[in-house]
Amino acid sequence: MKAHLTRRYLFSASHRLHSKALSDEENRATYGKCNNPFGHGHNYHLEVTVSGPVDAQTGMVCNLVDLDNLVAREILDRFDHQNLNMLKEFTVSVPTTENLCRQIYDILQRRFRHAHLDRVRLEETLMNSFEYDGEGTHSLIL
Amino acid sequence: MVYLTRKAEFSASHYYNNPQLTPEENHRIFGKCNNPNGHGHNYTLEVTVKGEINPQSGFVVDLKQLKEVMQKEVLDAMDHRFLNKEVPEFTSRIPTTENIAIAIWQRLQPRLKAATLHRVRVYETPDLFVDFYGEA
Repeated sequence: MKAHLTRRYLFSASHRLHSKALSDEENRATYGKCNNPFGHGHNYHLEVTVSGPVDAQTGMVCNLVDLDNLVAREILDRFDHQNLNMLKEFTVSVPTTENLCRQIYDILQRRFRHAHLDRVRLEETLMNSFEYDGEGTHSLIL
Repeated sequence: MVYLTRKAEFSASHYYNNPQLTPEENHRIFGKCNNPNGHGHNYTLEVTVKGEINPQSGFVVDLKQLKEVMQKEVLDAMDHRFLNKEVPEFTSRIPTTENIAIAIWQRLQPRLKAATLHRVRVYETPDLFVDFYGEA
């Protein structure tokens, strides 16, 4: 029988929302406070949902250790306590939480082999959250 | 179609062990969860039912009935129990969060008359939960 397992993680990072394609005035108008040149930070709560048949031998969709290890290595080590604007993942795209959510989905989608990746959900604050389930064809992989 | 979710909490102990595997394999796969003396969690259960709104009552389902079924089928059976030893499903299946969600679905589904069971969500901790939709 198929079950869906969700694991939550926490990381903290800073960013500035600023597009090179826009003028300074347009950037301020578009991003408001988030365009502050010195940046600002968030505690991001990440939810990763995977699914698959429950293994008869283990009773599990996948071994949590495998998921935790991959997220620690590929996501938390990469983004935690970093300035997102300085990372190669955001040399082109603006580090909005939408784009960060898609980046995380793409990274996990490429690397996680133990179950199907259903969805990545990212809470930027208690008030804002974003979800990506692989819809659309555009890829952010650089 | 309207979806209604009822929450409940129960506390229970469990451990993970497959008797078909060697002690070494069990320890490698299940790690700390393989401690035969067990360990416990405060589980949060969310049961979501769906249906059309009854024009007379304005309800999708009578919450009192849903609460009673959850109490009888789940909480009376699992709250403050050692799942491996006291809940029949888990004498033959490992009480992982996945299997707990499936067992709860199988207990509730035949007892819900007015509404359709949509989802069983079981939180083992605030950072880990499993959803089961009755999928084969």
